[in-house]
Amino acid sequence: MEENKSVMKKEEKTQPQKAKMISLYIMGKKYEVPEGSTIMGALEYAGYQLKRGCGCREGFCGACATVYRTTDDYKIKTGLACQTVVVPNMYLAQIPFFPANKALYDLNELEPSISTFQEVYPETFRCVSCNTCTKACPQDLEVMDYIQALIRGDIAQAADLSFDCIMCGLCAARCPAEIVQYNVAVLARRLYGKYLSKKGEYLKSRLKEIKEHKYDKEIEEFMHMDRESIKKKYYARDIEKM
Amino acid sequence: MYPEYMQESLKLVEKTRPERLKKSLSGEKVFTPMTDAERGEVLTKFHPDYKADARQKIRIGPNRGENITSEVADLLESHSRINPDDFDLSRVDYDTDVLVIGGGGGGAGAALLARENGAKVIIATKLRIGDSNSMMSQGGVQASVNPNDSPAIHYLDVLGGGHFDNKPDLVRALVTDAPLVIKWLEELGVMFDKNPDGTMLTMLGGGCSRKRMHSARDYTGAAIMRVLRDEVKNHPEDIQVIEFSPAIELLMDEGGQVAGAILYNLETEEYIMVRAKSTIIATGGFGRLHIKEFATTNHYGATADGLVLGYRAGANLLYMDSVQYHPTGAVYPEQILGFLITEKVRTMGAQPVNKFGELFVFPLEPRDVESSSFIRECTERGKGITTPHTGRVGIWLDSPIIELIHGKGAIQKQLPAMYRQYNRFDIDITKEPMLVFPTLHYQNGGLEINDKCETKLPNLYAAGEISGGVHGRNRLMGNSVLDYNVFGRRAGIAAALNAKEVKLGKLTLNHVKRYERELQEAGIHTDRISPMLLPNYTPPEVRARQLTAHYEGTLR
Repeated sequence: MEENKSVMKKEEKTQPQKAKMISLYIMGKKYEVPEGSTIMGALEYAGYQLKRGCGCREGFCGACATVYRTTDDYKIKTGLACQTVVVPNMYLAQIPFFPANKALYDLNELEPSISTFQEVYPETFRCVSCNTCTKACPQDLEVMDYIQALIRGDIAQAADLSFDCIMCGLCAARCPAEIVQYNVAVLARRLYGKYLSKKGEYLKSRLKEIKEHKYDKEIEEFMHMDRESIKKKYYARDIEKM
Repeated sequence: MYPEYMQESLKLVEKTRPERLKKSLSGEKVFTPMTDAERGEVLTKFHPDYKADARQKIRIGPNRGENITSEVADLLESHSRINPDDFDLSRVDYDTDVLVIGGGGGGAGAALLARENGAKVIIATKLRIGDSNSMMSQGGVQASVNPNDSPAIHYLDVLGGGHFDNKPDLVRALVTDAPLVIKWLEELGVMFDKNPDGTMLTMLGGGCSRKRMHSARDYTGAAIMRVLRDEVKNHPEDIQVIEFSPAIELLMDEGGQVAGAILYNLETEEYIMVRAKSTIIATGGFGRLHIKEFATTNHYGATADGLVLGYRAGANLLYMDSVQYHPTGAVYPEQILGFLITEKVRTMGAQPVNKFGELFVFPLEPRDVESSSFIRECTERGKGITTPHTGRVGIWLDSPIIELIHGKGAIQKQLPAMYRQYNRFDIDITKEPMLVFPTLHYQNGGLEINDKCETKLPNLYAAGEISGGVHGRNRLMGNSVLDYNVFGRRAGIAAALNAKEVKLGKLTLNHVKRYERELQEAGIHTDRISPMLLPNYTPPEVRARQLTAHYEGTLR
């Protein structure tokens, strides 16, 4: 993300009519692409037609996990191809798929407790707190913290911390303990949503009313109204305050 | 960081903010909503659907002679990817009760409910399961759950939003099933935003008269899709998922029944035959057709494949003349051009203002009305802000006002995706507004269905964005997530029950041959091929050097 910011600043100063070209290496092979492109834009500009490694293109689906290095740093960097702006001489490869185990379970038969994770995803407890997962997360989530929360049995916190996870798999690809963090997290959220979150009364009573056909007659009337009458009804309806 | 020349305009936005905030906090409407006549005027003058070349007469198929969106007409007036004579129809690769085409929210819901009703299911999907517009929806899902609301009031809102063209039986299904869907999703473990007492946190959506927008931060679609995908994967014995294998034609039998589909393995380039007693099309929308050259919020795979499959086999289209442009697409920074800025930003109080900082429209009109008024502000009235490189024009969406209404931290808590998105480009939306312009968002029309998701063809169902009718000619916020859940579920049930009765005859592809003949007879000479499957973003100069590459339509 730091890279993005420096590029943006450069662009403002120069405001080129036609974008300046920069070099980068796609799987070790050099290409010239316009400065300011996203990695995904650069791949397509270079001539790749993407089948794997491309999804929503807006940072929500996790299809375009990418690993790269830059010349000024020894560190491995990670990002989403659709969200990361290219920098000169970056060395990149997409990870279109990474093998990951997903446990099979019937949510109705699970308990929202630590023992469930001990049973379903025992490798969770192999976490060595190295924080590599957190560093790899393109959403900047506290991945290690949610794994640690689960190890303590705090499902609510794990659910909260992992909420914005897009399941790109970069955490699992980097984890020395071979945990599949994003699959563990989806189970944590499901257990929280189903069992631990407080339930309101309104939904229950509305379902009862619907079962008793309380609104059928009124809807039926609307369905058979002529256009002018229904229009009148619509524009006369009161709108609740924000 | 916005360029220097925008600073003057940004100051004006700040200057008018206290007055706008005062009005917002007072509870009265910040701007007078439009009357029926005013809505009509702004739509006909500024909505892209009303441009002279927006629609053209389709010359073949069940809707022949009807005016539909030009890009869709071209897509339908195209050749098949295959020559039916190449296929040995006695060689069936998979036999199943229910084939679901599409792995988004509608397809996943259909598969789960079909399974619950005793069917063996195959989901065939073009990319990965979950790769869909469902995953990307941000703002929320409508359901009348609060005591001051009812399915009947919801019905009225849906109808007004759709300009009273909606199919009544579909709207009834939508609003009546809505609370049931919320319950179903909660039991599957979707984490909705809640009040401290456990009741659902609900907000007011555009064109709605009650607070019934349920959300999961601004990852609502992802929160739902992640759970549905996880649940589908829990049943490998009953639901088989075939990824990277889009359907390219339906199969039929000699009795005129739909009988499955031909899939195309994108990686090995094989064709695969799936025979199914019931077939559900849940392929999603058409944003990647880039209608009227608009940027889009849609998924890479949103190429309306299902329209082609259904139409070639003889299913009807409904309201295929209507396109939804979401009012708030990003226009700056240019890397995120066309990206969705969720309507939740406005439901939380953000206001659209012009370059002088003036509010010029009620922030929560139905989407087509809101979009048209943005376009009017940027064109006829000339009060938009121009971007530096591409020269696009937009208006400000004043997001900082949200935290003045709801308190500090509200944006990061409730709009983390939006905050993250702009922060990646060094714009802090808690301090600076967003520059927006309408973006291609949703396919209002589609394959015609009834409230059991049946098309007019035996054994063929459709659900979600690919179907048409429930939203009339304009969908309201939060009704698409609802749509794919309600009708995905209904399609799954109906398809499973149907599969128990069906006897299939000898397979044919005669409908593909017949369609090809119709093309010839109508004098349509074209090299277009559909379904498109994927858009092509290879630059023309690269294509010019691909001297021995073979393109089938857009696909290499």
